[in-house]
Amino acid sequence: MALLEVRDLVVAFDTPEGEVHAVNGLSFDLEPGQTLGVVGESGSGKTQTAMAMMGLLAENGRASGSVRFRGQELLGMSTQELSRIRGSSISMIFQDPISSLNPYMTIGDQLIEVLTHHRNLKRKAARQRAEEMLHQVQISDPAQRMRQFPHELSGGMCQRVMIAMGLLCQPDILIADEPTTALDVTVQSQINLLMDELSEQSSTAIMLITHDLGVIAGLCNQVLVMYAGELMEFADIDPLFSSPAHPYTEGLLKSVPRLDQIDSGILSAIPGNPPDLLSLPVGCPFRARCSYAFDQCSAHPSLRETEPDRWTRCHLDTLPKPTENKAD
Amino acid sequence: MLNYSLKRLASAIPTLLLLITVAFFLIRIAPGGPFDAEKALPEDIKANLEAKYQLDQPLIIQYVRYLWQIVQLDLGPSFHYRDWTVNELIAQGAPVSFTLGALALVLAFTLGTALGAWAALKQNSVADYSTMSVAMIGISIPNFVVAPLLVLVFAVTLGWLPAGGWSYSFSHLLLPTIALALPMVAYIARITRGSMIEVLHSGFIRTARAKGLPEREVIVQHALKPALLPVISYMGPAAAGILTGSVVIERIFTIPGIGSHFVQGALNRDYTLVMGVVIFYGVLIIVMNFLVDLLYAWLDPRIRYD
Repeated sequence: MALLEVRDLVVAFDTPEGEVHAVNGLSFDLEPGQTLGVVGESGSGKTQTAMAMMGLLAENGRASGSVRFRGQELLGMSTQELSRIRGSSISMIFQDPISSLNPYMTIGDQLIEVLTHHRNLKRKAARQRAEEMLHQVQISDPAQRMRQFPHELSGGMCQRVMIAMGLLCQPDILIADEPTTALDVTVQSQINLLMDELSEQSSTAIMLITHDLGVIAGLCNQVLVMYAGELMEFADIDPLFSSPAHPYTEGLLKSVPRLDQIDSGILSAIPGNPPDLLSLPVGCPFRARCSYAFDQCSAHPSLRETEPDRWTRCHLDTLPKPTENKAD
Repeated sequence: MLNYSLKRLASAIPTLLLLITVAFFLIRIAPGGPFDAEKALPEDIKANLEAKYQLDQPLIIQYVRYLWQIVQLDLGPSFHYRDWTVNELIAQGAPVSFTLGALALVLAFTLGTALGAWAALKQNSVADYSTMSVAMIGISIPNFVVAPLLVLVFAVTLGWLPAGGWSYSFSHLLLPTIALALPMVAYIARITRGSMIEVLHSGFIRTARAKGLPEREVIVQHALKPALLPVISYMGPAAAGILTGSVVIERIFTIPGIGSHFVQGALNRDYTLVMGVVIFYGVLIIVMNFLVDLLYAWLDPRIRYD
């Protein structure tokens, strides 16, 4: 049994325009110690997958399917039961670290309440543990920082605090939703380095949500590529980067600037926009933007295991070999 | 913070000066004088009276003289209540008005925030809509309508409470306090609801939930304080609203507070009494706004006035 089993997860939102399907039948597993990258464009359902797992969907959102943590079903669990798991066994950190911290409370109070709540620690013991954690995420002078308010810290510092907060109870899973998007590049690399070190030191499984394949390459073992709320490709990091099986993955990889291909001049981009989630097209959702699209793509492709531990949702790999030359 | 406080207090002086000046000349523009009655006084007596109160001197001299009096914290003698000084009249009425005003403010704050927060937590439910509709009605009906209605129902028809009069007792305080607080309860409920809904959608509330805090703790520890900040900043204007409201309410319930002096003073052309009450109200509002700003800075660590 995997640590986390997601099966046929569907997340839908009721909006005045109609029902929006953010996630459409997503399935994956997360094993202890694994670092899974979830990649896709804005609106591909990455964040809503995480929100559904945490029970943090907006009021108009509904999740169906199954999310099992250590065999325990999380969907439909009462808020009270969920609150025992959140922050303790599964933690989450968010995109914008400054607005994710309460501006009216000191850093210390925000860290301490996690421990007093989940671990029943006395304030003094909790304070000590929180300071240790801040030290571990390489924040200088933790005792001083504990007394400060979020606005007195930089964005990078705030994200370190968020990471420390997420790891306080040594969770089984840490979900990081675009943890570096709001930060400037030098700080980004520091935070990524920190996450890398922390994942090597602990057995915490990390689910890293990002649209930055560069970050994934540095941090993750496996990658899950999402498009229009569906899993398009799932593979280990090396094969995915060396030979992407899905045209969408290939497009994503091509749109990452690379130092070794600097002479190519113009950065390629995937043409068009992701489909309207209010009315998803029949057939393959990527068809309209795919340069390989052919007749069969008007039928919805199913997910196939093409190699061990490698899954793709594309009609191309049902064809005989000529498609091989697509990778230039 | 001390620096800021001193600066704020210093800036209150020109405000007050302006207030005194405008009020002084405005009341003098009003036709009639303090010694005009239905039966006109003989010219000699009137001249003597005006000489005694120095009303026969040029207006500008009177103004300067009055300012000098104010600096000495002396509001002068009342023209109408001949044996009283304005200081004495205000000292007598102030505790009554303070009691009523403070009770109304406390009631408005507690009930308003509680209702607003409740409506926000039950957003878009029947409870939410009905609370907010009632609040809208509460804002729209002025208290000089609410007060007689309350009297009609609870004093005249049901006979539970006295229709007016004053003592420091529950029965005398209840109706005027409610009449004074009601529009403000409604207004504060609406502010609280709006800000609470906004706060509940903010990133740090999501974090608090992701931390696994129980919903009650999320609200009490994380949402309440930021949601109440707009209400706190409304407390300055609210105090002013209580003052103007009390002028009406004290008349309706025949309460011997400063508000009734204000009305009576204006009708009698009791220049010094009206001026005294205006200055007293002015100081009160300035002090109230100052306290609200200090409270705000204390609650929101991002605001430090230095």
